[in-house]
Amino acid sequence: MLYRLLSIVQRQRTSPGWQNWSSSRSSTSATEAHSVTLPAQAQVVICGGGIMGTSVAYHLSKMGWQDIVLLEQGRLAAGSTRFCAGILSTARHSSIEQKMADYSNKLYLQLEQETGIQTGYLRTGSISLAQTQDRLISLKRINSRLNVIGIPSEIISPKKVAELHPLLNVHDLVGAMHVPEDAVVSSPDVALALASAASQNGVQIYDRTSVLHVLIKKGQVTGVETDKGQIECQYFVNCAGQWAYELGLSNEEPVSIPLHACEHFYLLTRPWNTPLQSNTPTVVDADGRIYIRNWQGGILSGGFEKNPKPIFTEGKNQLEIQNLREDWDHFEPLLSSLLRRMPELETLEIMKLVNCPETFTPDMKCIMGESPVVQGYFVLAGMNSAGLSLGGGAGKYLAEWMVYGYPSENVWELDLQRFGALQSSRTFLRHRVMEVMPLMYDLKVPRWDFQTGRQLRTSPLYDRLDAQGARWMEKHGFERAKFFVPPNKDLLPLEQSKTFYKPDWFDIVESEVKCCKEAVCVIDMSSFTKFEITSTGDQALESLQYLFSNDLDVPVGHIVHTGMLNEDGGYENDCSIARLNRRSFFMISPTDQQVHCWAWLKKYMPKDSNLLLEDVTWKYTGRGATLTKLLTPAQSAVAFTKPVVRALNLIGPRAVDLLSELSYAPMTPDHFPTLFCKEMSVGYANGIRVMSMTHTGEPGFMLYIPIEYALHIYNEMMSVGQKYGIRNAGYYALRSLRIEKFFSFWGQDLNALTTPLECGGESRVKLEKGIDFIGRDALLQQKQNGVYKRLAMFILDDHDTDVDFWPWWGEPIYRNGQYAGKTTSSAYSYTLERHVCLGYVHNFSEDSGEEQVVTTDFINRGEYEIDIAGQRFQAKAKLYPITSYFTHKRRKDDVELSDFHGK
Amino acid sequence: MSSTVSYWIFNSARNYIATFQGGRRLYSSVTNRNQLKWRLFSPALPTIKSSSPCGNFALWKAYRHTSTEEEDFHLQLSPEQVNEVLRAGELSHKVLDFNSGVLHSVLRFESNQLAANSPVEDRQGVASCLQTNGLMFGIFDGHGGHACAQAVSERLFYYMAVSLGADGRRMENMKPLLPILQWLKHPGDSIYKDVTSVHLDHLRVYCQELLDLHMEMGLSIEEALMYSFQRLDSDISLEIQAPLEDEATRNLSLQVAFSGATACMAYVNGVHLHVANAGDCRAILGVQEENGTWSCLPLTCDHNAWNEAELSRLKREHPESEDRTLIIDDRLLGVLIPCRAFGDVQLKWSKELQHSVLERGFDTEALNIYQFTPPHYHTPPYLTAKPEVTYHRLRPQDKFLVLASDGLWDMLSNEDVVRLMVGHLSKVGHHKPDLDQRPANLGLMQSLLLQRKASGLHAADQNAATHLIRHAIGSNEYGEMEPERLAAMLTLPEDVARMYRDDITVTVVFFNSDSIDTYYKGG
Repeated sequence: MLYRLLSIVQRQRTSPGWQNWSSSRSSTSATEAHSVTLPAQAQVVICGGGIMGTSVAYHLSKMGWQDIVLLEQGRLAAGSTRFCAGILSTARHSSIEQKMADYSNKLYLQLEQETGIQTGYLRTGSISLAQTQDRLISLKRINSRLNVIGIPSEIISPKKVAELHPLLNVHDLVGAMHVPEDAVVSSPDVALALASAASQNGVQIYDRTSVLHVLIKKGQVTGVETDKGQIECQYFVNCAGQWAYELGLSNEEPVSIPLHACEHFYLLTRPWNTPLQSNTPTVVDADGRIYIRNWQGGILSGGFEKNPKPIFTEGKNQLEIQNLREDWDHFEPLLSSLLRRMPELETLEIMKLVNCPETFTPDMKCIMGESPVVQGYFVLAGMNSAGLSLGGGAGKYLAEWMVYGYPSENVWELDLQRFGALQSSRTFLRHRVMEVMPLMYDLKVPRWDFQTGRQLRTSPLYDRLDAQGARWMEKHGFERAKFFVPPNKDLLPLEQSKTFYKPDWFDIVESEVKCCKEAVCVIDMSSFTKFEITSTGDQALESLQYLFSNDLDVPVGHIVHTGMLNEDGGYENDCSIARLNRRSFFMISPTDQQVHCWAWLKKYMPKDSNLLLEDVTWKYTGRGATLTKLLTPAQSAVAFTKPVVRALNLIGPRAVDLLSELSYAPMTPDHFPTLFCKEMSVGYANGIRVMSMTHTGEPGFMLYIPIEYALHIYNEMMSVGQKYGIRNAGYYALRSLRIEKFFSFWGQDLNALTTPLECGGESRVKLEKGIDFIGRDALLQQKQNGVYKRLAMFILDDHDTDVDFWPWWGEPIYRNGQYAGKTTSSAYSYTLERHVCLGYVHNFSEDSGEEQVVTTDFINRGEYEIDIAGQRFQAKAKLYPITSYFTHKRRKDDVELSDFHGK
Repeated sequence: MSSTVSYWIFNSARNYIATFQGGRRLYSSVTNRNQLKWRLFSPALPTIKSSSPCGNFALWKAYRHTSTEEEDFHLQLSPEQVNEVLRAGELSHKVLDFNSGVLHSVLRFESNQLAANSPVEDRQGVASCLQTNGLMFGIFDGHGGHACAQAVSERLFYYMAVSLGADGRRMENMKPLLPILQWLKHPGDSIYKDVTSVHLDHLRVYCQELLDLHMEMGLSIEEALMYSFQRLDSDISLEIQAPLEDEATRNLSLQVAFSGATACMAYVNGVHLHVANAGDCRAILGVQEENGTWSCLPLTCDHNAWNEAELSRLKREHPESEDRTLIIDDRLLGVLIPCRAFGDVQLKWSKELQHSVLERGFDTEALNIYQFTPPHYHTPPYLTAKPEVTYHRLRPQDKFLVLASDGLWDMLSNEDVVRLMVGHLSKVGHHKPDLDQRPANLGLMQSLLLQRKASGLHAADQNAATHLIRHAIGSNEYGEMEPERLAAMLTLPEDVARMYRDDITVTVVFFNSDSIDTYYKGG
């Protein structure tokens, strides 16, 4: 096997031209024997011999796993990997992608030495150009983040750009970012080198073997059916690139992997009169939508056009990728942009226009992780045309995930489980990727919402709210109101509203926040994930006590905030649980937890007991089907008739008066203390579940309403509430209220690698509740040893809201001038009249850079600065919310506050 | 009667929303080419009790006058919007069906429709006959409303399938044992769901009769086409004569019978192509000879006053005394342009039958039905739905079949259509400059691309039917594409549009020369 593999590489190397590439490939395959027999079993089967599959194989074998089979339907490195432009760029927008690209860079650098296979690695550096000030701000943000993770980069002047790359026209530039360690590489050779190294470590590689479908028993991978026979296995890794979606659906129990391919074009030229130096930097002109790298003395240039061409929507076979057409007319805008940037290239001879489909995902982030429905089914695909840059790091993280249970970094934003089945409609994907691909080079600004694939899930109040001026955002397919535009006010058109500064809705949200503080507001919060857990005996309590860190054995009607922790004490979910009666519990989690939390509960809950778990967020029949496995037939009948529940959040001091008027029941703290839950009638509707919490720290109530009553209750509230000054509010107001009170949010501030002790959540952990809940040991140990990072709240002091850049997230935090961590979320506090950021403070040793214990004292003794796009602002760090600022009358003062919490 | 006419004019004036761009010049050349198929307000028809024919005319003029005055409200369509309008009705379908290991002789078909009437009176349909695996393509051009065209487009395929297939006819408990038809429909196509049960009953009767005739093996394809057309027309006619309980069904049946539709249906099975035509829709075959030259092979004859054979047929079927009155002003009895059509019982029934049916208390005004007797109406029927069936054995050089309603053929000749199709095929095939002629360097390539962009060449229609429609309405007298003219034709207010163009419906069927070749080689 190894010999064959190396022979492929040898042949490839002897044929230097790009064009000869495919012919050398076919001659190789002709010599191969066809009588290869597959092993009957393996621990891991990886499908896909591109850079992703080989990287996963490489890293798994490095981590000591031996029994690995890699299957490729065509030939190794023959898909997108073969045509990839070969640019390795660490200038990425999210920190996790920067880290993956940085690792890839280091990996590829030494790969040639490790394997003896030439990878064409050349450290050319990259220059990202800015034609506008906004673009420059965007680059400065990236620059700040690159620097703190140790990747050298700098913002340079147009003059310096001209020095670095003499052919560039720099007259229309306002600046640029130079990343000197970025590289170019031949991606098929990297894949071959990784495959070769993996092969040396014992990975068996079979090409021209197609995976037909994955065999699954009881929600667990048991094997793989290929066109050359079956292989039994425990783990399956889907690295099938643009075919991953189809492959996912081919199983009996389909795995939804939302991605879709678009055609992608780049140009190859013959060498320039005086051939370009091989170390000529790669140029990314995002405003011109193009990238340019040197290629064999000439250039390689492609881009991400505004009008992409989605392809393979119906799912096609691999052969089609070989004979995709060039489309010069489609390429014209990019060509014109190229010649504007490098006018001297006019005389350069054309060699080829390459059409190389790239795969995109609904949120422009790659997809990795384990399927929520099939255990042992892992995925790494959907690289959004950054497969080469991310390949090494992504392969490493996925291998860590399989071997150690979770990657060494938080990868929630890349986790397959952030999607649900609802993102797997072909129509949705086709429309969404047409928006995503141009976004590659669009300006990335805070609070940007996708415009396609919208209005998929809407509340029954949607039309009512929309008519009242609601502006919408989307979360997990769910439409949520951001804020409500008053009738007399106009906002900027969408495209012009992109800004790094103060947004045009500032005053609107201010008035909504004010109303929450002084009167009462109603927010439709139906998108939150809501589960009910019921049992015939004490099983519900027992299993929840094991799954959650807080003590849930509370009197009926009480609400408990608690984390759902993993073995290491990290948050898998952060939620509120109400005890409805002795045997049933109601659980409220963030919107995007719908898939992940369900998968987690299913994995850890005892299977054979009379325990019923149901999702009441949405009438989703798939959930019902899963349910029946946990249920006896008589019970499942009940499960299907359960009402879908909507949630209205009534925030503000007058909520008490409004609700008691609507229900003729006293709602004062004596009768209805904070964090309490009971069923009552509201208006004409009976059986409404009312909870005295608001997810904001403000007084008020959450109402959980069967869907058919939603409109009635909303109408009643609005008409009766008039005299209390009721109005609609949106999520931006909620966010501002929440962050100013230091309510952290799972998925942004909290994740699988942060523990309650690191973010002030001690009060939600009952180590001594008498049950050895998941994560308890880790927390005990951490309590003894101290924490290595600590979530703090930063209040920006010298930040002028009107003129300075607004913080977003991911801004570096400096403590006494030393980098100490990054922010995780931010909002403007209308009460404090300051920006508030949440973020983790680390204690990096000045000598070794090693992480040291962070104490309260360490936090309090520091002087802090937040770096927003290169500009530093002084900040005060707080470990607890500033209660003195919030002086309004509170019932059972600050219970919710000290027990801060949010969604 | 007069109410109908004035309603039409009134409607025009009321719905007027936008005026046209670019002056009158653009339309003058086509105005007289398009005449309403039913001439209803002609003063030459004394039986039409028009209160003031001149008044109508004046109103029309006044309306035109108004529109020039309101030119401020003009609507300018961008090229993208033009494309959007043109492409709205697109349908294309690849035939991926492997039949016993042999590829279907039809590679794919592309279809499109552009409305002039509001609502559109053309219909099209494509279905595959599950028993024979043959494909049926139909074009139906309605007049006097869309009811008849709709009914025929829904039902004719079933009649064909029943006529063709033996298995499909077997019924159990009055339900067909097997599905007999698979629609390859546009998602927007509507079906009158509520009345289909009545239609099904008639279909069953037809089935039973065919079975009783012991024609287990089915009819020959010629016979099948012939019978299906005539049987359906006779069912349409009989349905309204029989008492119907349900008012909605009754009203609809009346509308179907009193409106009309011409029809052209092609049936492809293997290398056998049959085309049945009744009326003035047309089907032509694009043929590429081995030396590469293209030619056109018409497969239908238009049944209208310009067709000598039709004239002699009419004369043969009616007494000599009527020879001079059969066709007046190039119209059948001075009324109808096509001489064969479905429905139109005004030209099929005796006066007495028409009266007795309508006297059953229909609200004809509400139903938009004009009952009138043309002059010289002595020996009905004057109109028939009997199709003319042609057979063609497909050869590898037969590349495509164009079926279209007369809206297209009014604007383009057969040769024009083949020429446009050839242009289209070469553009879709090579959607780029050829490699040999490709400019060598980036600068030259850019200027070529910019030129192509400016001339709109790059925006080649993917859909052949769209391409034909675009040129049908956008070409000037010299056959050149005028973007302004195209935009203007598409911005016509919906009530005037019919004056300048008819509904256009086009279906282009592409043949798979390779698989046709294998048919021959395989014997």
